Amino acid sequence: MAKKMISEMGLPKSISNIFTARNIITAKDALSHTEFELMELLDVGMSEVISAISHISELVSPPSQTALLLMEQRVCNESLAGHLPTRLKGLDEALCGGIPFGVLTELVGPAGIGKTQFCLKLSLLASLPANFGGLDGHVIYIDVESKFSSKRLIEIGMKSFPEIFHKKGMAQEMAGRILILRPTSLSEFAESLHQIKISLIHQHVKLLIIDSMAALVLGEYDCGASRQQALGRHVSFIKSLAEFSRIPVVVTNQVRSQIGDEPLMYSFQAQSHSRKKDNHATYDSHLVAALGVNWAHAVTIRLVLEAKSDQRFIKLAKSPISPPLAFPFNITSSGVVLLDDNGIEMKGPEINSIHCQGQNALFNF
Amino acid sequence: MEVGMLPISASKRGKLLSTGYTTLLSISRASLADLARDLQVSEPEASEIMKCASKTSTLDLSNGTHNTTVVNGGQTAWAMLNEEKFSLHITTSCMDLDNILGGGINCKEVTEIGGVPGIGKTQIGIQLAVNVQIPPEYGGLGGKAIYIDTEGSFMVERVLQIAEACIEDMSEYSNHFRKDLQASEVKMHPDSILENIFYFRVCSYTEQIALVNYLDKFITEHKDVKIIIIDSVTFHFRQDFDDMALRTRLLSAMALKLMKLASKFCLAVVLLNQVTTKHIDGSFQLTLALGDSWSHSCTNRIILFWNGNDRHAFIDKSPSLKSASAQYSVTPRGIRNSTSCKRIKMM
Repeated sequence: MAKKMISEMGLPKSISNIFTARNIITAKDALSHTEFELMELLDVGMSEVISAISHISELVSPPSQTALLLMEQRVCNESLAGHLPTRLKGLDEALCGGIPFGVLTELVGPAGIGKTQFCLKLSLLASLPANFGGLDGHVIYIDVESKFSSKRLIEIGMKSFPEIFHKKGMAQEMAGRILILRPTSLSEFAESLHQIKISLIHQHVKLLIIDSMAALVLGEYDCGASRQQALGRHVSFIKSLAEFSRIPVVVTNQVRSQIGDEPLMYSFQAQSHSRKKDNHATYDSHLVAALGVNWAHAVTIRLVLEAKSDQRFIKLAKSPISPPLAFPFNITSSGVVLLDDNGIEMKGPEINSIHCQGQNALFNF
Repeated sequence: MEVGMLPISASKRGKLLSTGYTTLLSISRASLADLARDLQVSEPEASEIMKCASKTSTLDLSNGTHNTTVVNGGQTAWAMLNEEKFSLHITTSCMDLDNILGGGINCKEVTEIGGVPGIGKTQIGIQLAVNVQIPPEYGGLGGKAIYIDTEGSFMVERVLQIAEACIEDMSEYSNHFRKDLQASEVKMHPDSILENIFYFRVCSYTEQIALVNYLDKFITEHKDVKIIIIDSVTFHFRQDFDDMALRTRLLSAMALKLMKLASKFCLAVVLLNQVTTKHIDGSFQLTLALGDSWSHSCTNRIILFWNGNDRHAFIDKSPSLKSASAQYSVTPRGIRNSTSCKRIKMM
């Protein structure tokens, strides 16, 4: 909508000609100026500028929907009420039915915790026929670190859904619905994303997995502002992709170690914070999600996978629909399995922490 | 007022000055035909200029004629005080938070709420969109809500949960405290609450600016709207800007328009903001995003933060409230007091 041409908006001819003459072609050009700037630039009176801008604004504004209409649309028109079930009962209940369509879901955790296993399972679930509770669609799997294993995929399928995979030819068909892309650079990734955008709707794609976003971005940019900006652009594109094709998008993220014990504070907290610091100065490192706070704001749902006292946990660290729960899980031949469907409710920011036993020693040199 | 300040195009202003019309008086004394001839413009254009000039000069002259208001559209502090007594609040459903806010989120003001990911910003946004609809019998406003979603994190399932909890609370309230209302059961239905939330999904900063411009017209058509929530004001402005000065200009123009909407239609504007890290005195600190000049744009600023294992809200900036912090919690039923079992009593 932002690219809409001003000349096609039905403004009075005299005004729209002035816009064109000053090289203000699209609505974005016009709205990137304040009204006073436009008055100077176009050399017309304030009242004309205001009426032109309000006309343009009205045409560019997105339409309003009531929340009721939104719910009816999502619940009635979409398969499985707009959620992709993970088949992990506790997690599905907490998420109102599974990974929601149209938003970005992030899996973050240390290496080897089971992120890719989770992604493999999800891609199978999306490709299953509808009468087995799947989405009956294609999957695009962007595999940056070359971790995708077709053998493991079939194994998970055989163990989890024997009734389907033992049918002749089904394994081939299911696996045939999963398309793996292996971009080697961020620019290649961006290019394939733009191609995907067009094919998403035609190809009946029902799930997009990016494993992992961190590897893609961290490999290419130095730390700093340019990385954040590149990341920001891609996030907004991926989000709009999810939104308009109404499919779930699952992204994995790595962890990095952070030296020092104190979390970041606001300036008004500083006083109490300095007192604490005197008591115990620790130089332990602990793990935090990579890609920074801007990214963390952008994902809608964040699932943290961690290991703590010989037990793996999957935690709902950020979600607008569910309470902060932690579920113990294990990885078996059929993929990720919850050991307990009643999650443990976590108090406080503990839900965001990432523990990793054994691995911690590695970071503690 | 001088000619240079007239809201007319630059070239016409230039012509006026070069042909000797340097004061408003000289314009108003000239005849229409003279003005048109001197400036070499058509008569309708000339009359437009005269209209502008006379409008501006009457504004100047009003000094003498009115004793109470010095300038048109102004208001004395006394009148403001009287008005503030009747000003309306929207409850947050957390009593402690309402207390430090002086009753809830204020109408006619722009309130910014920020915090780290997962602290509950969207939850507060949804809670307010539901609470604004509490009917006057229960101490609410009975208004409607506009929810502008820039991040795609608005979940209808969650709105339904909060709406159902809100209706339960209201019917419990009528059973306990107001026997006279008992006969009339709470007539509200969760569906009607959902129906009164106008949802806009904004996908670029251009759309965000356009929408804020258009809201004036939209609210004129839907007079009942009592709250505008933007979740979050930050997202698009954080992604695709190279020119930071432009970003600041656009943001402050937008804030100004929102402020105008708030006072014109007597509604509350709530802007949700993200956090960023800032390097101060050799260490990194958290602060709300969009920079220093943006932090002047909002009337009130509330920062949500973790204090140990509890969620707290801190009033960082407010012209009338003293800075204080209060504990709150996010429950399955929505935002509540942190001593969770205690039921929230409504006004």
